[in-house]
Amino acid sequence: MTLVKPMPAGQVGRSVPRLEARQKVTGRTDYTHNLTIPGMLHVKVFRSTTAHGRIVSIDTTAAGALPGVHSVITGEDIRKVVPEPYYGPAFHDQPVLALDKVRHVGEPVAVVLAEDPYVAAEAVQLIVAEYEDLEPVFDEVEAMTSKAIVHDALKPAGTFADLKHVAAHRNTNIALDYHLRRGDTSAAFAAADHVYEHEFRSQQVMHTPLEPMVSLAEPGDGIMTIHTASQSPSFVRTEIARLFGWPENRVRVKVPHLGGGFGAKLYIKLEALVACLALMVRRPVKLSLTMEEQFYTITKHATTFRIKSAVTSNGVVTARHCEVFWNGGAYADIGPRVTQKSGFTAPGPYDIENVSIDSYALYTNRPPAGALRGFGIPQLVWAYESHTDLIARDLGIDPLELRRRNILKDGRPHATGTLMQDAAIELVLECIAERMQWSAPFDRGTGTVLRGRGIAIGFKASISPTTSVAIVNIAADGSTNLYMSTVDMGQGSDTAMAQIVAETLGIETETIRVVRPDTDVTPYDMATLGSRSTFHMGNAVKMAATHAKEQLAEMAASLGLTPGTNYQTSDLFKKKFGMQAGNVIGVGTFIPSYKSPDLATGLSENVTPFWMIGGTGVEVEVDTETGHVRILRMVNAADLGRPLNPKIVETQLSGAAVMQLGFTLTEKMEMDGGQVTNASLADYKIPGLHDVPLVMENHIVQANQHSGPYGAKGVGESATFGVSPAIANAIHDAVGVRLTELPLTPEAVFRALHAASKD
Amino acid sequence: MDSSTLIRFTLNGQPASARIKSYFTVVDLLQSLHLYGARESCGQGLCGCCTVLLDGVAVSGCLTLAQLVGGRSLTTVESLDQSGILSPVQQAFIDEGAFQCGFCTPGFVLMVHQLLERNADPTDDEIRDHLAGNLCRCAAYPEIIRATKSAAARMRAAATA
Repeated sequence: MTLVKPMPAGQVGRSVPRLEARQKVTGRTDYTHNLTIPGMLHVKVFRSTTAHGRIVSIDTTAAGALPGVHSVITGEDIRKVVPEPYYGPAFHDQPVLALDKVRHVGEPVAVVLAEDPYVAAEAVQLIVAEYEDLEPVFDEVEAMTSKAIVHDALKPAGTFADLKHVAAHRNTNIALDYHLRRGDTSAAFAAADHVYEHEFRSQQVMHTPLEPMVSLAEPGDGIMTIHTASQSPSFVRTEIARLFGWPENRVRVKVPHLGGGFGAKLYIKLEALVACLALMVRRPVKLSLTMEEQFYTITKHATTFRIKSAVTSNGVVTARHCEVFWNGGAYADIGPRVTQKSGFTAPGPYDIENVSIDSYALYTNRPPAGALRGFGIPQLVWAYESHTDLIARDLGIDPLELRRRNILKDGRPHATGTLMQDAAIELVLECIAERMQWSAPFDRGTGTVLRGRGIAIGFKASISPTTSVAIVNIAADGSTNLYMSTVDMGQGSDTAMAQIVAETLGIETETIRVVRPDTDVTPYDMATLGSRSTFHMGNAVKMAATHAKEQLAEMAASLGLTPGTNYQTSDLFKKKFGMQAGNVIGVGTFIPSYKSPDLATGLSENVTPFWMIGGTGVEVEVDTETGHVRILRMVNAADLGRPLNPKIVETQLSGAAVMQLGFTLTEKMEMDGGQVTNASLADYKIPGLHDVPLVMENHIVQANQHSGPYGAKGVGESATFGVSPAIANAIHDAVGVRLTELPLTPEAVFRALHAASKD
Repeated sequence: MDSSTLIRFTLNGQPASARIKSYFTVVDLLQSLHLYGARESCGQGLCGCCTVLLDGVAVSGCLTLAQLVGGRSLTTVESLDQSGILSPVQQAFIDEGAFQCGFCTPGFVLMVHQLLERNADPTDDEIRDHLAGNLCRCAAYPEIIRATKSAAARMRAAATA
């Protein structure tokens, strides 16, 4: 038998280039975008032009008569095949095609199918719908009390235990309310030296993945295969099976690489529509959205956050009340989970004795909102870190110092009562302060170009409890496959997970092949979201690899070989099976422990399996004549445990920060009567090369997530947290005006300067 | 709408022909030939994902009518590794980790090639200006600049070797 030298440890922590790198630079990546199937029909969607209305009639005659059109289908046609055609992860509130009512501009009302997508698009123009307009509601605070009711009755999906209490609520736009009560806030406010109260607003934005959403359903004999650019193949399978009343094993969901996701491609989006259509027409059906259509499909919650703090004269925050209103748009998507899972972090990473939180998920007549890189956290940090800065300024305490006095230390209880563990909040703050040379003299500029700097830190809990399952398959020649349903949408999960397998088995990462998600083949995973994969799937993958390794050891022992010796795997198989045959299959299933927050108090001693920490410091230059803000320097820092792949992690940090820079300075969906007036990259400005700060640093603080795989945890969102408030704080520092609404456009800065000069 | 025309052109250095409909874009044409490196994203020529070279000039494949390709030379990202070896730009993109999801990457790679043909040693500002029309939502911009400079150095070294 040949003895092999195991790979030296160090597969983890090595900057392995992405395993699919070659495909990506040669233009040969297997996106769903590229997929065609013989006999396939293209779908084009006829969309609502009104924000809220009853459907009076839909005339499809002319569209159906256009040569080349295969069929025209409405919601009523769908209802004949699927009696309850409503879907969604938290609420079953979204019809496959509009039924009875339309609830936002751009809502799918009818579809045309044709072999030629141009014919389908032309036919869509021939459809005429009549609506009886209803009063719409667009603002999240107005939705609390408005006469306009978006959904007559709430329809929680029953998937989540903590949503059961809203079942069958009527005449309300509040899809979910979350409340937390800790200590006695009233007494603390009454006894306070100072009370500060502010309101901050954030705008509705869109993910704009450059591969627009796309799904293709392929009907088979009693099965339905869905090829889709989805971040959650397992959920798509469950949801399609539920809609059809089929067992899950008759639905197959296949996901190749994604051209970006950022939360846009989560849960179920176009899959329900293409699956229903394929069932009806018995041909493969593909729907590829345009960039414009994406703006009407999923967005990020606009928010209003009222925050009030009781503070001692030396800057200790003794009480905080947070009231957060989340504009969920017309369909809940995952908004109710954002409201709760992010809601409980609204007081910030500070040690505050008395806390109360009221967080509301609201239906409005805007395009639906869901998760976008941070699951609500960037909206919260925007408010609490702007607020923190205002308190510091008023008390004449350095903003860094004020944060130090209040910071939540390891071992101390978070507002929910969960003890902080492996949360390097202080390290992140101090890393930024050091890199910014916070205590050194700072050039404040002269004349009309003034300079300022700001910092902000934020934190996030992981959505919980969620399950990941992984399979490691060692073939008789010793080569290894990893089967998992984590979707690589650019974050590098295939590579990172392969590194975990490689480290555990003592082989080289580059020799491992990762099998793309395919629910017929790869096991269950809750979804690729919320920076959960590294921790959850990472643990499952490590367990699967360990399980496989144990079986190899057992095989060696059964052959009478000395334990602990590294026999070549292929020799073991040959000796065991008499030839190159057999497999070793390692399986790992991971679900962390969790305790759901108490419905009345919002408290829980185990609310998350890990914490993510991120912060940003910026130096800006403000032109007081134009309001233009230039980012001279940006320092991002995060606690992500031990980095599995430092280079990919750094790209994740800088990518997240630049994305949030867009949400901070330029991006905003402009609305007029529910219509998005800038639904194109011509008018909706995402960051380009010229928008990247001239100097940008990304730091990984020395940390270890003890419960994570090889000390690692998630990283995809952390660098988004601090960007917006850091910039607003820096603008205030430079020119003395405070902006409380995103985005921080030159016009907003200029108006604030103008208003200040009149005071 | 169903009438089609035959066009002849040069595709990645080889003679090619295709039957196209009058309204086909270059992206449609390439898809019909199973080349997927140029891909439509914004549909308005603003993101650069559909970049191809027409007679050596970078154009948006989503806005260029396929009919205009007749008799001309069309070059796509797939031309760069026809020998099975990655171009220096492609290799530099891998080494510097200059992409995440990869959807915009072919457009960037082609634009960097075009830049380096005109300017063997571009400054950061020249790189930013040349690539300003290409968007990367994953924002691998710092890495793209590094990859461009690294590729330029490799190409200069190869030229003097």
